[in-house]
Amino acid sequence: MLALSRWKIVLVLGSVIFGLLFSLPNVLPDSALAHWPGFLPHQRLNLGLDLQGGSSLLYEVDTDALAKERLNDLSEEASQELRNAQIVFQNLTVANGAVTLKVGDPSQTDAAATALAKVGGTTTGGRDTVVTHDSAGNFRITLTPTAAQQQVRNAVITSIEIVRRRIDTLGTKEPDIRQQGADRIAIEAPGVSDPQKLKDVIGQTGKLTFQMVDASVQAQDAATVVPPDDEVLRNTEDRGEPFIVVKKHVAVDGGMLTHAQQGYNQNNEPVIEFRFNGAGASRFGQVTTENVGQRFAIILDNKVISAPRIDTPIVGGQGEIHGSFTVESATDLANVLNSGALPAQLNVVEERTVGADLGADAVRAGVIGLSIGAALIFAFIILAYGLFGVFAALALIVNLLIMFGALSMTQATLTLPGIAGLILTMAVAVDANVLIYERMRDEANSGRAAMAAADHGYRRAMSSIFDANVTTMISALIMFSFGAGPVKGFAWTLSIGVVTSVFSAILVTQLLIGWWFRVTRSKTLPIA
Amino acid sequence: MNKFWPFIRFVPRHTHFNFVGLAPYAAVLSVLLLLGSIGSIALQQVNFGVDFVGGTKMEMTTPGQPPFAAIRSQLGAMGVDDAQVQPVGSTGVAVQFRSVKGQSGDAAPAFVGAKLQTAIPGLKVTGVSQVGAKVSGELIWGGIEALGVALGLTLLYIWFRFQLQFGLGAILALAHDIVLTIGFLSITRIEVSMTSIAALLTVIGYSMNEKVISFDRLRENLRKYRTTPLAEVINLSENERLSRTIITGTTALLALSGSMFNPASALFSLTATMAFGILIGTYSSIYVALPVILLWGVKRDDDEPQPIKFQQARR
Repeated sequence: MLALSRWKIVLVLGSVIFGLLFSLPNVLPDSALAHWPGFLPHQRLNLGLDLQGGSSLLYEVDTDALAKERLNDLSEEASQELRNAQIVFQNLTVANGAVTLKVGDPSQTDAAATALAKVGGTTTGGRDTVVTHDSAGNFRITLTPTAAQQQVRNAVITSIEIVRRRIDTLGTKEPDIRQQGADRIAIEAPGVSDPQKLKDVIGQTGKLTFQMVDASVQAQDAATVVPPDDEVLRNTEDRGEPFIVVKKHVAVDGGMLTHAQQGYNQNNEPVIEFRFNGAGASRFGQVTTENVGQRFAIILDNKVISAPRIDTPIVGGQGEIHGSFTVESATDLANVLNSGALPAQLNVVEERTVGADLGADAVRAGVIGLSIGAALIFAFIILAYGLFGVFAALALIVNLLIMFGALSMTQATLTLPGIAGLILTMAVAVDANVLIYERMRDEANSGRAAMAAADHGYRRAMSSIFDANVTTMISALIMFSFGAGPVKGFAWTLSIGVVTSVFSAILVTQLLIGWWFRVTRSKTLPIA
Repeated sequence: MNKFWPFIRFVPRHTHFNFVGLAPYAAVLSVLLLLGSIGSIALQQVNFGVDFVGGTKMEMTTPGQPPFAAIRSQLGAMGVDDAQVQPVGSTGVAVQFRSVKGQSGDAAPAFVGAKLQTAIPGLKVTGVSQVGAKVSGELIWGGIEALGVALGLTLLYIWFRFQLQFGLGAILALAHDIVLTIGFLSITRIEVSMTSIAALLTVIGYSMNEKVISFDRLRENLRKYRTTPLAEVINLSENERLSRTIITGTTALLALSGSMFNPASALFSLTATMAFGILIGTYSSIYVALPVILLWGVKRDDDEPQPIKFQQARR
C-alpha cells in the first residue's frame, strides 16, 4: 500500500488543489475576489443566520380559514346557480366543513341537483366538489379531500409568491423563501436585525382592485398633479409607461375573484382566464360594457400589475386578459390574481432573529475554538508520534482544506453546531491515523520489517476505520433526515468530514510515509 | 530510546491492567451515576429552551453589568407570563417568557424590547427566538424519533458486522451514555435546545465509534486465542488498544478544549456536553458494553462474518 502509485499522487494533489481553490475565496478580500478570473470558484462559505445575523420566520397557512373561505364562495355560487334555475331554497349555511341548504319544493330536487353540479371547479381527477342530497331536498356540498389538499398546496405556493413580492418592496437583500412541510412557509432574511417590517408586510392582507385608467391625463412622475378623482400609480409591468393615472373609484374588488388561470387565446398566445363570483360577475359585466375600448388597471398593493384594454364586454363572470405575456408571466399574474389578497391569514409559528453582533461573536468563538483545537491537536499528535505525527498533522491540514472547499462549493449552510461538527471531525480524522499507527507498532513489535509493518498497519486498521466511520455516517444521516435547520447543518458538516477525513488520513499519510521510506531507505519504523 | 523522537513512548505501551477485575466496582459506579442522573431529571427536569417548550427568548446586551432586578420588575409590570432572566457572559442577559398580557404572540418581542429599551438606557436586543407550541411539540418528537432510529440502526449494523450480544452491549452502553448526558444537562442547567440534540447525537456517534473499535479488537483476538477465557481476551484486547484510546480520547478533548476557555462563548455549552459525552463514551465502552458481552458470553465458532477485506489497487 505504500507504493507511490501515480493515481494516488494525482488524487491527493488534485484534492489539495481543489481544497485550495475552493477555500481561497473565504480568506481573500472582496476587492481581490472581484478581479478573480471567471473560471475560478468565487463562492464563500454559506453562513447560517446564527453566524451572519438575520431573521428567520416560519409562517403557517391558516388552513381552517382557507377551507371556510372556499365554502363561502361555493355557497355564493350555489345560490347563484339555483337562482338562475329559478329554484327556491332556504337555510343556506356554511358549517362543519360543508355548505348545506334545503330546496323549498321537494319536486325540484332533481333540477336542483343538476344546477348544483355546476358549483365549484375541477381538480386533478375530476370535480372538486361532492354534492349529496336526500329525497326531502336537503343538499350538502363538500370539497373532496383531493381538492382540499390541492387548495392548501395552491395557497402555500401563491402565498410564497405574494410574500416574495411583498418582501421585494422592502429592499431586503436576497430573502430565501421556501415551502416547509405541507402548509408552512419559511423565510430567511440575512442581515435583517428587526423583522418587524417583514412581519408587517407579510401579516397584512394584500389588496387587489380593478380600476379604470384615466386616459385623459398623462403622468410624468409620481408627483404629477391629477384630478381629485384620480391617482397616479407606479406601473410595474410596462417600462415605456412608468406611471399610470387611474380613477380612484374601485370598479371591481379583487376579493370578488374566485379563479384565474393561465390559458391560450385563439392565436395560441398565453392569456389569463379568470372568473368572478356572482356579485363580481355582474359588476364586471356592467363596467366592461360601459367602457369598451378603454383600459382598466389591475392594481396590487397600490401598484399597477397590468392595464389591459377592454376589447369586448365581459359578461357572465368569465373572461380573459390578453397582452404581451409569456406562459410564465401569465401564470405568475394568474397566481397574483388568484390570491392577490393572501388566500388565508399567515400565522407566525417560529421566529428567530440573530443580531449581526451576536453572529460575529459566534463566528469569532468558532474560529478561536477551531484554531486552538487544531493547534493543540498538532502539538499532541507530534508529541506522540514524532515525524509520523507531522505527517498526520499535514493530513489534517489537507482534510480541513478539502472540507472548507467542499462546504464552499456545495454552499451547504454552516451553522454554529456545524462548527462544533467541524471540531469533532478533526478528532475523528486523527483517530484514523492513530489506529493506523498503533497497528504499525503492533506489526513492528511482532517482528515485521519496518516497511512491511507500515504497510500492514494500513491494511489491518482498515476494518476498524470502516466500521467506525459507517456508524458516524449513520448518525449523521439520521440527524440530516430528522433534524431541523441548525442540526441539518451540523449533520452535513459531519458527513462531509467523515468522507474527507478518511480520505486524507489514509491516502495523504500513505504518500508521505511511502515517500519517506523511499528517500531514507530506513530499516526501522520511527514510531516503533 | 528511539533515535527519531525521544517522546515516542510517553503514552504507555504493553500494559497489563486488569480491566475486567474492576468491572464490579465500575458497575456500582455506573448504577450510582445513573441513579443520580435519573434523580436529577425527575426532581428538576432539564432546562428546556424555547425550542422545546415554546415561548419567546430574547437576548440583550447592556453597557455594563445588567440590572437584573430592574429588568425583572419591568417584565412584571408589563404583564409578562413566566419570565426567566439569566445572565449571558458579563454584559449580556437572556429573557425567556411564555406570553405577554394583551399582546399577540408575534408582537410580543417588539413590545418587550421597546419597553425595556426605554426603561434601561443603552440596552440592545441582539437576538430573538420565538417558537410556537405546535412547532416545539414537533421538535421534541423529531428529536426522540431521531434518537430512536439512530439506536435501532446502530444495533442492526453491529448485529450484522459482529454478533447480537455485541449489539445489545453497545445499545445498553449507549442508553447509559444518553441517560448520563441528559443527567449532566439537568445538573448543569445547560439550556436544552435543538443544538443539544446535535450534541447528544454526536456523543452517541463518538461512543459508538469507541465500541466498534473495541469490538473489532476483541473479535480479532477471539479468533486468535480460541481457547483463552473470554475475560482474559477482553483484558488483552483493552490493553492492546489502550494507547489508541488514550491518544484519540485526548485528541478529541483537546479539539473541544479550544472552545471551552471562555464560558461566555456561544460554543461553550455545546462543547462541554460533547466533552462530557466523550469521557462517558470511553468509559462505557470498557465498563458497560464489554461486561454485558462477558456476562452473556459469545459464540466462539467461526460462523461470524469476516471483517471486510479491502482490495488494494495494483499498479
